[in-house]
Amino acid sequence: MVFLNLALKSLKNRSLASILTVISIALSVILLLSVERAKRAAEDGFTQTISQTDLIVGARSGPTQLILYTVFNMGNATHNISYKTYQEIKDYPAIDWTIPYSLGDGHRGFRVVGTTNDFFEHYRFRGEGRVELVEGKTLDGLWDVVIGADVARKLQYHLGEKIVVAHGVTHGEGIQKHDDKPFTVVGIMKPTGTALDQSLYVSLEGVEAMHIDWKGGAAPVADTAISPDKIHKEDIKVDQITAFFVRTKSRIETLRLQREINNYKEEPLLAIIPGVTLSELWHGLSYVEQVLKVISWMVVAVGFMAMLIALTTSLNERRREMAILRALGAGTNKILALLVFESTLLTFTGIVFGTVIAVGVTALLRPWLEIEFGFYLEGSSFGKVEIIYLLFTLVGGILIGLIPAYRAQKMALKDGLSVKI
Amino acid sequence: MSQLIEVKNIKYRYAKGAQDTLQIAEFSIQKGERVFLYGPSGSGKTTFLEVLAGILKVDQGEVRILGHDLSQMSERSRDHFRAEHLGYIFQSFNLIPYLSVQENIELPLHLSHNRRERLKGEDATSVLRHLCTRLGIITLLDKNVTELSVGQQQRVAVARALFGRPEFILADEPTSSLDMDHRERFLGLMFELCEQYGTTVLFVSHDRTIQHLFSRSVSLDSVNLIGKGM
Repeated sequence: MVFLNLALKSLKNRSLASILTVISIALSVILLLSVERAKRAAEDGFTQTISQTDLIVGARSGPTQLILYTVFNMGNATHNISYKTYQEIKDYPAIDWTIPYSLGDGHRGFRVVGTTNDFFEHYRFRGEGRVELVEGKTLDGLWDVVIGADVARKLQYHLGEKIVVAHGVTHGEGIQKHDDKPFTVVGIMKPTGTALDQSLYVSLEGVEAMHIDWKGGAAPVADTAISPDKIHKEDIKVDQITAFFVRTKSRIETLRLQREINNYKEEPLLAIIPGVTLSELWHGLSYVEQVLKVISWMVVAVGFMAMLIALTTSLNERRREMAILRALGAGTNKILALLVFESTLLTFTGIVFGTVIAVGVTALLRPWLEIEFGFYLEGSSFGKVEIIYLLFTLVGGILIGLIPAYRAQKMALKDGLSVKI
Repeated sequence: MSQLIEVKNIKYRYAKGAQDTLQIAEFSIQKGERVFLYGPSGSGKTTFLEVLAGILKVDQGEVRILGHDLSQMSERSRDHFRAEHLGYIFQSFNLIPYLSVQENIELPLHLSHNRRERLKGEDATSVLRHLCTRLGIITLLDKNVTELSVGQQQRVAVARALFGRPEFILADEPTSSLDMDHRERFLGLMFELCEQYGTTVLFVSHDRTIQHLFSRSVSLDSVNLIGKGM
């Protein structure tokens, strides 16, 4: 108890240095925890971009490519799959639901997805997150379009707006536009924090209808063009789609179904399990995470250095104090213990403050991060990894504290009771 | 009277190969004595006190205090011995700067079981208050030690050295930073309390003007063979 008192009063006596040391350790801890949190949130956000979908099926290519163009709006499909195949697989008894995706067109840098209302009903992200509309309704008419939250926000679109789709997913303005066949905004989606926000959704028929008068990949000229009011949804025959999402009735079916689709005779198909591909992809990107981790440990090391400097510079002034304690019968080991105790107290206080601030600030910033950046801090904010990190920091602090303590012990032994100051 | 301190044939040198600092054939103090040990600066007074306090261990010989031979004890048990039986007063800077006067005086009690034992049956605080009243520092108890004058600080040091009634006090020129009037008053107070507590005093100084206040005076040069002829 007397040592606790001595240590506390001694630290208080050097309060500025003590506070600065605690701050530097707290900052290191905040950084360490935030990086870990952000890393986990990023990983969760990434691997949870799509959930409840057991398989994604597209034309045979690479799994990464398939997941990138279906889930992340990145890159393009090299081939499509026939609508006939889709309809055949869709009716497999093992399948619960499917969502068809038809890609290839864009609108002012955003992607246009041809799909069905199954998308609104079944698509899930981050566990149970579902696609919801802020206003309007889902797809009905041939020229209806539902727009993602980012599209609505960036382009300032409202319900009833007429928009023109460009051929090919292009950034900025398209070269060839389907400006003879404008779509009408009928619904605006809630933000999801995923790539869904950056897309526009039309019916499969809508995609076909845009291209109905195209011949051999060339846009129609004035006299071959068919005006939109002469095209009816019922008359459209969907020929191709790009990919589709599959939910099986029972998870056990997934692997068997995946094998079956991959061996589909009529057409070369690729079925992937999104969770597996996503985590593979994430681990390919994890060097960024490693770099961040190294940097935050370096910050911790700098925090320790600050403590080492603060404790070491105070040693000389404290030689008298050590001599008094020795005269009173405190052994050099007690002096060592006292100094280690002080550094442990500093480290511990720093860790506590750092943790409280890190957890508190994340909790406070959470809504803002979600709204502004679509950055969802999923999962618990404090876990086993954090506890291990904090223990490491504490042990590190104690070890660093041993250096000045050991020096003080040596000094006390050498000085005896006659310190010349 | 029985022996409190008995030193025989000790030799001490700071480093191997260096010259001996101390070579004392015989030196002893009886219980209840007030011994004045004098010698010029650099004659090894502090070194001798550190040997008696068990901070330094002699290279040869016997340092017997209260029947224990310090030269045979480990560093740890010498530290312990010091906490239990000894009060030490420095020339100056006796106090831990960040503790209050009272906390400074109470420190030895936390480090020694015997001192607490000896106070058993009495209320430690009232003993402390009594001691401080006698020393005229009762009004200073809650003060920061940095607010005290040198004379006040030295009296606090005496209170701390005597708190818990150690068998003996080693004082290393505690009066050299006081003026003449204060010196005599300071020593008068200290002796009065030592008498009451039955505490033996060994006081070292180079200043022989206060010599007459002690029961016995010894020149370090006369016992330290190294000092001879210097």
